[in-house]
Amino acid sequence: MPLKRFLPLFVFAGILIAFMIGLSLKPSEIPSALINKPVPDFSLPPLQGDGIGLSTEDLLDPENIVIVNFFASWCGPCRVEHPALELLGKLDGVKLHGIAYKDRPKNSLSFLKSLGNPYDKIGTDLKGRVAIDWGVTGTPETFIIKNGIIRYQHIGPIHQMQVEDRILPIIRNLQQEGAS
Amino acid sequence: MTKIGLKAGARKKRRLYFLLTSIAVLGLAALLVLSALEDSIRLFYDPTEIVEKNIGPGQNFRLGGLVEEESFESREVAGILINHFVVTDGNESVAVTYEGLLPDLFREGQGVVAEGSMNEDGVFVASEVLAKHDETYMPKEVVDSLKKRGEWQRKAAETHPQDKAL
Amino acid sequence: MIAELGHYFLVLALGLAVIQAIFPMIGAARGSARMMMLGQPAAYGQFFFSLLAFLALTYSYLISDFSVAVIARNSHSLKPLLYKISGVWGNHEGSLLFWVMFLALFGAMVAYFGRGLPKSLRARVLSVQAMVGVGFYLFMLITSNPFGRLADVPFEGNGLNPLLQDPGLVFHPPFLYLGYVGLSVVFSFAIAALIEGRVDPAWARWVRPWTLLAWVFLTIGIVLGSWWAYYELGWGGWWAWDPVENASFMPWLVATALLHSAIVVEKRDTLKSWTILLAIIAFSFSLLGTFIVRSGIITSVHAFATDPERGLYILVFLALVIGGSLLLFAIRSDKLQAGGLFAPISRESGLMINNLFLSVAAAVVLYGTMHPLLSDAFFGVKSSVGAPFFNLVFSLLMIPLVVTMVYGPHLKWKRADIKGVNQRLMAATGIALLAALMTFYVTYGGAIMPAIWIGIGVWLLLSSLQELASRIKLFQAPFKDSMSRLRRQPRSSWGMTLGHFGFAVGLLGIVGTSAWTIEAQKVMGLGEDMTIGDYRLTLKDVIPVAGPNYTAVRGIISVSPKNAEKTGESFMAYPETRTYVSSPITTTEGDVKTTMAGDLFIVIGESQGQGRWGIRAYYKPMQVWFWIGTIIVVLGGLISLSDRRYRIGTPQRQKASRKVKHAP
Repeated sequence: MPLKRFLPLFVFAGILIAFMIGLSLKPSEIPSALINKPVPDFSLPPLQGDGIGLSTEDLLDPENIVIVNFFASWCGPCRVEHPALELLGKLDGVKLHGIAYKDRPKNSLSFLKSLGNPYDKIGTDLKGRVAIDWGVTGTPETFIIKNGIIRYQHIGPIHQMQVEDRILPIIRNLQQEGAS
Repeated sequence: MTKIGLKAGARKKRRLYFLLTSIAVLGLAALLVLSALEDSIRLFYDPTEIVEKNIGPGQNFRLGGLVEEESFESREVAGILINHFVVTDGNESVAVTYEGLLPDLFREGQGVVAEGSMNEDGVFVASEVLAKHDETYMPKEVVDSLKKRGEWQRKAAETHPQDKAL
Repeated sequence: MIAELGHYFLVLALGLAVIQAIFPMIGAARGSARMMMLGQPAAYGQFFFSLLAFLALTYSYLISDFSVAVIARNSHSLKPLLYKISGVWGNHEGSLLFWVMFLALFGAMVAYFGRGLPKSLRARVLSVQAMVGVGFYLFMLITSNPFGRLADVPFEGNGLNPLLQDPGLVFHPPFLYLGYVGLSVVFSFAIAALIEGRVDPAWARWVRPWTLLAWVFLTIGIVLGSWWAYYELGWGGWWAWDPVENASFMPWLVATALLHSAIVVEKRDTLKSWTILLAIIAFSFSLLGTFIVRSGIITSVHAFATDPERGLYILVFLALVIGGSLLLFAIRSDKLQAGGLFAPISRESGLMINNLFLSVAAAVVLYGTMHPLLSDAFFGVKSSVGAPFFNLVFSLLMIPLVVTMVYGPHLKWKRADIKGVNQRLMAATGIALLAALMTFYVTYGGAIMPAIWIGIGVWLLLSSLQELASRIKLFQAPFKDSMSRLRRQPRSSWGMTLGHFGFAVGLLGIVGTSAWTIEAQKVMGLGEDMTIGDYRLTLKDVIPVAGPNYTAVRGIISVSPKNAEKTGESFMAYPETRTYVSSPITTTEGDVKTTMAGDLFIVIGESQGQGRWGIRAYYKPMQVWFWIGTIIVVLGGLISLSDRRYRIGTPQRQKASRKVKHAP
């Protein structure tokens, strides 16, 4: 079997490897400039009624680790990560807030009604202005905050696997950091 | 017998010729590709890299970033438009001048890619401002650079990178 | 309900594809006619259900059913009907469905028209075709379901990018996909031949119409895309060498090579493994074009990785299909009998040189396209390889290719007499030299390459006419004889003549428009004017206009000859800038005045305040030659496709009698 006949196969293997390396450059690995910066100033209306749904003050909570999740009812991956959020919302010493991104309040409400509402407080960012300040790439995106400082940013849906592997360790670390 | 031997010999010889021609063609093509690459490859820098790498005059490259809000001004001299604006990546910024009409997609606060070089005063003189007909409305190099600098603010609801037109 | 039905049909089609993939293959191996026979009904059924699924999605688009996620994301209730339909394939999920529907259609066509094929070959072809199909169905059902619902129905859809609302773009992707998918049949034939271990002239004749069909579709698709770029994007360009364009150009180059090498297999029973390899590569490039570029891995590594599941599936799928077939090639291709010898000066040598250069060209495009990805992945350096690279490489690489095109058709099979051909081409060569010198003289002081290229273009143009003339013995036999010979020319040789002639016409257009385009721009108030080339443009007025789903600003510009004493006709141009309701971006609708000498392309930009407007104009010499040339090429392909000897439906049972004896 002459070796030259394998040449096309080798060339293709090379190309494939280049793609694999390309694939492994994941965007969520890119460090965000907002890390270790204070949360942006904002104040958003709630899904229903008047007043304030969620504002910067809610994130300055000194007792809890605060998680802010940008979501929308029209976003498929948000559905995917919903179980993970429910899990995070039930943790002790953790407050999970949501920001509905460019979503009609009516739709957000029925979205939460059908899947369950894991959030403590919810703000509606109808025009996506606040999302810009946060440097949000798209929904879903999740921020972990301690004492009003952003410590971690997760781009894209949180898969259940990642809760164990990544999110929980980060929360535990942050909690211990405060204790010591 | 002799006839067959000759035939085999001729066959080998022709094979060899063919092989040599192919190698010559491939070699020439490779040479051509490499020399062409040298001249026409355009490196891409964002403002931070320009400062970090201390890019001076004389080097042609592509600059990408966001057009800083309220930095754009243009005046008209005898029908020619002279534009000034600042390109930023949230970290550093670079002043740009460009003579001519800007593409329709050019907006303050939006991504831009310009080709050109730095002048002595540290101003980027653009020979071309690219209007990418990319559906994501933002050139990918800019997106990558902005993500790196944490300035990335694309509205996901409006753009879906998968839905590229062929 | 309709969407769920569509989903259900898709699953049914998958089931039938699995049957079609497994049983005919086993049947062919065991010689079981019963199992092989399963292939046909399965192929028909698979097509039927995939068509139903496609219709279900189309229907959902038509009624603007925004509960379907894809539709909510891409459509808008205000969108004109045509664009609602084109929206079906204007996105990732829909285009996959479109793809697989045509894959099934071509499978059904092989089943129907392939009745004359040997049973085992047909069974294997159908099986391979279905295997590719299974990959697509699974990909859709697992990661990109076009029928996925939203729990909360949005009131209005997101709309389609207005740039894509153009008739050129409505038909561009379908033709491109037809070309890509058409190559799948050629691929299936190649894999089936590898499994059978036999490639012969009969095989080449069966494959030829499929290759030609795919190639014609691909050509139309590419040209429509560049037509769209030219008229819609408003920067006066028709080819930018961007990765998306390159992705369609690479399979085209390989398919063109394949078209020619298959002729050598047919006439001389040689170059077999090369032809098989080309068939595999052509389809591999199609897959690459469909997946990798759509997913954005070449344009942006990151866009691709945002959905790792999809990305991974694509890589695995590509590895299986392309890697698997190349492995099969490596193991099995030496079973193919090697063919006869080539004389260095002969038709087959000409075709081989053509293949060599076309493949090198494809490799160059592949490298240029991959370079930014490679340098980013391995060295972390962001760079772009732009048009100058490709233009330079192609302008040199194409010279020997076109010279081969000049000589090749005049050469006889086996052993040709180059002196005779030189003599025959004397007049053509002379005129071509003259054309080059004249061009050089007229553009004195400019670049020299365009003059050379004009010469080469004219040479090819005349040589292809000369070849036809000598075939019908024009001026050598009585005129009446010649005419009756002309009528008796087989359609496949008409195809060649038109193909090469059209290529020459298009080539001249490319040279003209890329070498001598002029551009001018000016900011003008009402009543002011500017000049470009021999024209003077006067801005008469600017008025607002309302369209069905956009508002626009329209310039009214009068165009007259530059020199007032020249009393050439003057005319009006009405370029527009449109702002769409559903999307925040604007598009320019340039006004183009076309003559054989060149296009005058006028674009109005944004208001610069104080009643002043930016006007941009291009003069693109011979642009229309390119479009005419491509039309002739496509026409040639269609005529060749209708050749009775090769027609898809005609079973060809001519065997050894037609085989040419090998040259000593």
